[in-house]
Amino acid sequence: MTEEIDAGFVARQIAESDMLSEPAPDRHEVGAARRRKEDARLITGRTQWTDNIQLPGMLYVAFLRSPMAHARITRVDTSAALHHPGIVAAFSGRDFAGEQGSLPCVWPVTEDIVMPDHPPMAVDEVRYVGEAVACVIATDRYKASDALEAIEIDYEPLPAVLDMTEALKEGSPKVHEAGNRSFVWKFAQGDIDAAFRDAPVVVERTFVQQRLIPTAMEPRAVVAQTDGDSFTLHSSTQVPHILRIMLAQVTGIPEHKLRVVAPDVGGGFGSKLQVTAEEVLLLLLARRLGKPVKWTESRSEGNLTVHHGRDQLQRISLAADAEGHIRGLRVDLLADMGAYLMLVTPGIPILGAFMYNGIYKMDAYDFTCTGVFTTKMPTDAYRGAGRPEATFAIERLMDELAAELSLDPIEVRRRNWIAHEEFPYTTIAGMTYDSGNYEAATDKALALFGYDKLRAEQADRRDRGDPVQLGIGVSTFTEMCGLAPSRVLGSLSYGAGGWEHASVRMLPTGKVEVITGTSPHGQGHETAWSQIVADALSVPFDDVSVLHGDTAISHKGMDTYGSRSLVVGGVAVLQACDKVKEKARHIAAHMLEASADDIEFAGGSFKVRGTESGRTIQEVALAAFAAHDLPQGVEPSLDSDATFDPDNFSFPHGTHLCAVEVDTETGGTKIRLYVAVDDVGKVVNPMIVEGQVHGGLAQGIAQALFEEAVYDAEGNLLTTTMADYLLPSASDLPDFVTDRTETPATSNPLGVKGVGEAGTIASTPAVVNAIVDALRPYGVNDVTMPCSPERVWRAVQGGTS
Amino acid sequence: MTRITVTVDGVTYQEEVEPRLLLVHLLRDRLGKTGTPIGCDTGNCGACTVMMDGVSVKSCSVLAVQADGEDVLTIEGLSAGGPWHPMQQAFHEEHALQCGYCTPGMIMAAIDLLKDDPDPSEDAIREGLEGNLCRCTGYCNIVRAVRRGAQSMSAQEVTAS
Ligand code: FES
Ligand code: FES
Repeated sequence: MTEEIDAGFVARQIAESDMLSEPAPDRHEVGAARRRKEDARLITGRTQWTDNIQLPGMLYVAFLRSPMAHARITRVDTSAALHHPGIVAAFSGRDFAGEQGSLPCVWPVTEDIVMPDHPPMAVDEVRYVGEAVACVIATDRYKASDALEAIEIDYEPLPAVLDMTEALKEGSPKVHEAGNRSFVWKFAQGDIDAAFRDAPVVVERTFVQQRLIPTAMEPRAVVAQTDGDSFTLHSSTQVPHILRIMLAQVTGIPEHKLRVVAPDVGGGFGSKLQVTAEEVLLLLLARRLGKPVKWTESRSEGNLTVHHGRDQLQRISLAADAEGHIRGLRVDLLADMGAYLMLVTPGIPILGAFMYNGIYKMDAYDFTCTGVFTTKMPTDAYRGAGRPEATFAIERLMDELAAELSLDPIEVRRRNWIAHEEFPYTTIAGMTYDSGNYEAATDKALALFGYDKLRAEQADRRDRGDPVQLGIGVSTFTEMCGLAPSRVLGSLSYGAGGWEHASVRMLPTGKVEVITGTSPHGQGHETAWSQIVADALSVPFDDVSVLHGDTAISHKGMDTYGSRSLVVGGVAVLQACDKVKEKARHIAAHMLEASADDIEFAGGSFKVRGTESGRTIQEVALAAFAAHDLPQGVEPSLDSDATFDPDNFSFPHGTHLCAVEVDTETGGTKIRLYVAVDDVGKVVNPMIVEGQVHGGLAQGIAQALFEEAVYDAEGNLLTTTMADYLLPSASDLPDFVTDRTETPATSNPLGVKGVGEAGTIASTPAVVNAIVDALRPYGVNDVTMPCSPERVWRAVQGGTS
Repeated sequence: MTRITVTVDGVTYQEEVEPRLLLVHLLRDRLGKTGTPIGCDTGNCGACTVMMDGVSVKSCSVLAVQADGEDVLTIEGLSAGGPWHPMQQAFHEEHALQCGYCTPGMIMAAIDLLKDDPDPSEDAIREGLEGNLCRCTGYCNIVRAVRRGAQSMSAQEVTAS
């Protein structure tokens, strides 16, 4: 190229010194099990966690938290804390009252929703155990926690409100002045009364979705600093972009003066999709003290104050004809909001509203959800967010319907599900499922599971009266993810859009920098996005680096949650690559003295159609950098941005089968075999997909068997440590058998559907169905989660739990 | 304050410490060894696992003063700029990490596990790692990685002997 254009000295040196990259035309990265780029720093301990940050003069913050579920604060005196060594300042809620604003909720699901003020630090009243009431700022973290005990604070107890049904009764003590009902949200389609009138079969159940603690392994941490003009906030968050705009609103710091950085983040599962009290308060402290401040929560503090998940009471009934065809479904939910509405608290159960019908056809559907305030930690997104609850209810009911009619649970599903030739299919809940093949996934799962053989063994054990019974649980699930079409989110009163943004920068040496608006915290975007770019631009996988999580680098994004990153953000990356190629085509045409219309991109080079002469994409990038000889009116850059907003959600689906052995004498359960066949559409990296399924299964199974956040009668959380809140260890879980079917999504050019939550959504009902199936001969038709040995044993004794 | 001498990843440090200072805080806050993270405050998660005189310990459950005179190896010293330890390589190959927060502790615990049982069964691995929690992976790939790591470590030993 140096002969053909005057590239200039720097460009010539790059070209002549072998710095210029070459295309990688023959590799197909998309679909390959590429080992992850992220791993190198993670396995050698060179990771950048927020708590690693140490800055000159940095101060440490510790929070005093309410020991009462509900009380008026009658007196606070922080002055004694100041006499402790190393204490720089101490404040209570009153000190922040004028500037702390209210923590945001961006999802007012109804017009008349009750959305109480939510001060980051309580001023007059506390409404859950753990609410921040004061803080101290010290020169080291030990000194900060020492001084907390010197703070004097008096409370006047108010009645705790802990049970949703009681909370809604006339005369119940109130969490907020406006009452305990936050909203009632309804959806109805078809004639539900007709569906239930004279229905040959009606199955009714009440399911408890217990309260869960998401428990990302990295506790939250926040570092805030200011130079007197602008602010930088490092936080262990999934949502740096959302955080920036929300914190600007709450604190009044102008958006362009606030940089938010999510460095390496150790898991989230929805729990770091939040605007937290601590993030707001650390910014205010940095502003007030002019020094960098850091706060890192302890696990016990986190169990109390990281938003919780689930906590719904599901009253559900299903009407069917004598052959097991569903006629109608009625859902009446109580959803525990906790003490306040946080970022998307009210929207979580509503996301489930569109999924109670599952993969099935029916004539009528009626859904009501009542959001209820209690004096507990607020709930919000936790892996699956609304869809696990819905999937649990319908998949449990399908097994109950089968039992009622003495049908095989697979058979009852076959009679009701949408057949593969019926796609696209608009469901009773108004969603248009674009693609899927439930028959294929189910057939594959049945074969892998050895379904008939296990059923034979089950019959044999029943006949023999074996104290260890075998149960088989089915879950043929779908979910909606890839949040989301902005238009649809708007119609659901969600506060923002669901698009995603990407930039692709072509560097002079032909290397590629990709900036994504997604914010990975374990999902492997650096690897997967590199695969997409490598194929789109025919560049080597290793020539691509992916930047994310810093609003100074990635100014625009909607972050990572709701299995949206690949489906929305990955597609934005692909579209930005298309724009790069389009720009490059014009410069290449000029270099080749041809018309742009005659230029095609193949094998990493722009060629004049029908000839061999061409320019690699890297040569074009270098020419654009040199810019000594570009066509008139063409800007000297290939860099391109794209923002993608899909037309529809995506709908992964699959069939999960679980075999459990239940010891009827001890109540102990053991998962003997778990088969998951998932259809997540096209796959960019099968290794990462399998990993996501594994992790999702572990969390869904843990809801079925182990986990529960327990409050006592006074509203104290009893499960504040990992000794009390039972996270599964390696010895609690089996090896999983996973496989896939592939029905491409039609709503995006990659054909992808999202996989982050599928395993969690599918597995909880599969496990509980298996336990109930094992115990049917004992007259059991439900076991409340988590299905602990005690609950299972009681069910065996009493025929119910 | 107590004066202690402790060797961490091959470097010897003399430090004045409060008797209550936890080893993990000494490592992270004083010595800049931030490769070892903290996941809990009750000794349950194992994220903070390091080797002390060749035996794995949870560094949140050890006082800095107890490390006086000891030789501590953290994830940062495991390969120290050289080629990765076979267990690190195995975690990479088997995709045994997602967010990676549990990974330093998990790798140290896995290496320790192999000392007693160089060729552990799947069940032995699952039991041996009971004290190390991972919220991301569902453990399948961790178990595979430990088996792979065990194989390459014994192959290395054969070559070395
Ligand atoms: S930090 Fe959890 S065991 Fe040490
Ligand atoms: S990889 Fe995230 S906790 Fe293990």
